Amino acid sequence: MTAYAELSTREAYGRVLVELGEQYKDIVVLDADLSRSTMTKYFAEKFPERFFQCGLEEQNMMSIAGGFAASGKMPFASTFAVFAACRCFDQVRVCIAQPKLNVKVVATHGGITVGEDGASHHAIEDLALYCSLPGFNVVVPADGIETAEAVRAAAATNGPFYIRLGRPKFPAVNKDGYRFSLGKAMVLRDGKDATIIACGVMVSKALEAANVLASQGMDCRVLNMPTLKPLDEEAVIKAATQTGAIVVAEEHLLHGGLGSRVAQAVAREKPVPMGFVAINDVYAKSGKPDELLQKYGLTAEAIQQAVKAVVGKKPA
Amino acid sequence: MTESKTKAKLDLSIPELEQKAKQLRRDVITMIARAGSGHPGGSLSAADIVTALYFKVMHHDPKNPQWQDRDRFVLSKGHAAPILYAALSECGYFPVEELATLRKLGSRLQGHTDRTLTPGVEMSAGSLGQGLSYGIGMALAGRLDKQDYRVYVLLGDGECDEGQVWEAAMFAPHHRMDNITAIVDHNDLQLDGRVCDIMGLEPLGDKWRAFNWNVIEINGHDMKEILHALKKAGEVKRKPTVIIAHTVKGKGVSFMEGNVDFHGKAPNPQETEQALKELA
Repeated sequence: MTAYAELSTREAYGRVLVELGEQYKDIVVLDADLSRSTMTKYFAEKFPERFFQCGLEEQNMMSIAGGFAASGKMPFASTFAVFAACRCFDQVRVCIAQPKLNVKVVATHGGITVGEDGASHHAIEDLALYCSLPGFNVVVPADGIETAEAVRAAAATNGPFYIRLGRPKFPAVNKDGYRFSLGKAMVLRDGKDATIIACGVMVSKALEAANVLASQGMDCRVLNMPTLKPLDEEAVIKAATQTGAIVVAEEHLLHGGLGSRVAQAVAREKPVPMGFVAINDVYAKSGKPDELLQKYGLTAEAIQQAVKAVVGKKPA
Repeated sequence: MTESKTKAKLDLSIPELEQKAKQLRRDVITMIARAGSGHPGGSLSAADIVTALYFKVMHHDPKNPQWQDRDRFVLSKGHAAPILYAALSECGYFPVEELATLRKLGSRLQGHTDRTLTPGVEMSAGSLGQGLSYGIGMALAGRLDKQDYRVYVLLGDGECDEGQVWEAAMFAPHHRMDNITAIVDHNDLQLDGRVCDIMGLEPLGDKWRAFNWNVIEINGHDMKEILHALKKAGEVKRKPTVIIAHTVKGKGVSFMEGNVDFHGKAPNPQETEQALKELA
């Protein structure tokens, strides 16, 4: 048994892919000279005949994945999130999204926690891009356990997926035995004064913020929202109705990601004060992951402040 | 498997193929004229190649478009959709009358190909440069499953400007693929003008050779040469073959031949009448 709780999201991906390779004989894996970083190397070692090294040809890789899927295979195509989203967006659009093919794009090194490699390697637009594609399922797991579960769910669900993973190990927020359900949010902590909705590395920050706020007498609900698309609108509307204020936290640009999607649902169904903890229309620089989260305001403290601000805007 | 494959194949003689190509050209003119927009030039230049594939070379079954063991034709130059629709309908994938719906709201025949709508269409194309990669995916799937189908990918020459074509060109020989054949419809014109003026490709054959492809250059309007080249391509082992088919844009209609204006313009009623007369 693999102890997914101990693993980074990308390590968990590499391990679960081997497990799925046994289960699904139609899985093929493609990588663009990053298999030692995306961890598809484990699959390559176990099933060399079903692993296709594409070299630094990300565009070629995405179109090949489309051709595989059109021939009955279930391709997993992996590279860094910046390349998976920005470099081959047209290939994903034309060869995967428009023909609705069963391709799983699993990208690692999402967000600014990539760290020292700097702006060219910080994927902060990827969620906006993939969420914009009709028919795509978009998932951002928070830890190793959730990654393994989400990748299993992607394999079991026909249709295109984008799963965004990280480089460093994120603190575990889920426990062994956790069951991921596509399009469903999980209440990690209940509360009545406000709701914090988060995905990826920001889920642990949301829990941290809620704990501090609780000690200050503010009772926050925390929703782990790994599926950006399809969005769990029911959970969002329930949060708006029952807690009257929402803060969304994500490791992504302010626009086009989880915050935008939640805001649309809230604006349409149950307008309440909202706050957003995200990267505010800038590119980040080189630095250690934690230094960058601090510098660009992706912290538990920033979430606390945002919660206080939205609670202050609630009608008396 | 082999037996069913033998059955599911059309096998026209060379004179019959030449007549069929003329029919497909008439279909192209008629449907684009009726649609009021479309790309006649690159459909007409590819007509003989497409005819050879669908009516002689490829194993396929119009009654069963999803037949696992079928040969696959990938139209990478998706704007030449009309020639593919003509071939598919004349083979029996859908009624010839349906060609009249080209580009109309609710039609299964989109301006550029859509595999989710049209029986027999393998790829949703239109953004150039992607078909060879997509065809590689199909060919690798066949190789993995030990199926003996072949994949044919038709590219435009202007399309070879796209960097992704050369990513794919590097990939296929590296993976020693021999169940895929690329065909370049080298009609020497692209939207803005002559290929040599817009973005020089020559020496095109040497470029593919340098990428480790087996290269065959032919007259893409000579049925005998087309059939011979396609046969030879199937015999080469452990490396892919590209057929560079020298063609004439707008072939078969005097005022469209070599005329860049008919890259993406429909003929008016007088031009249509004239064109159909020439193709009678």
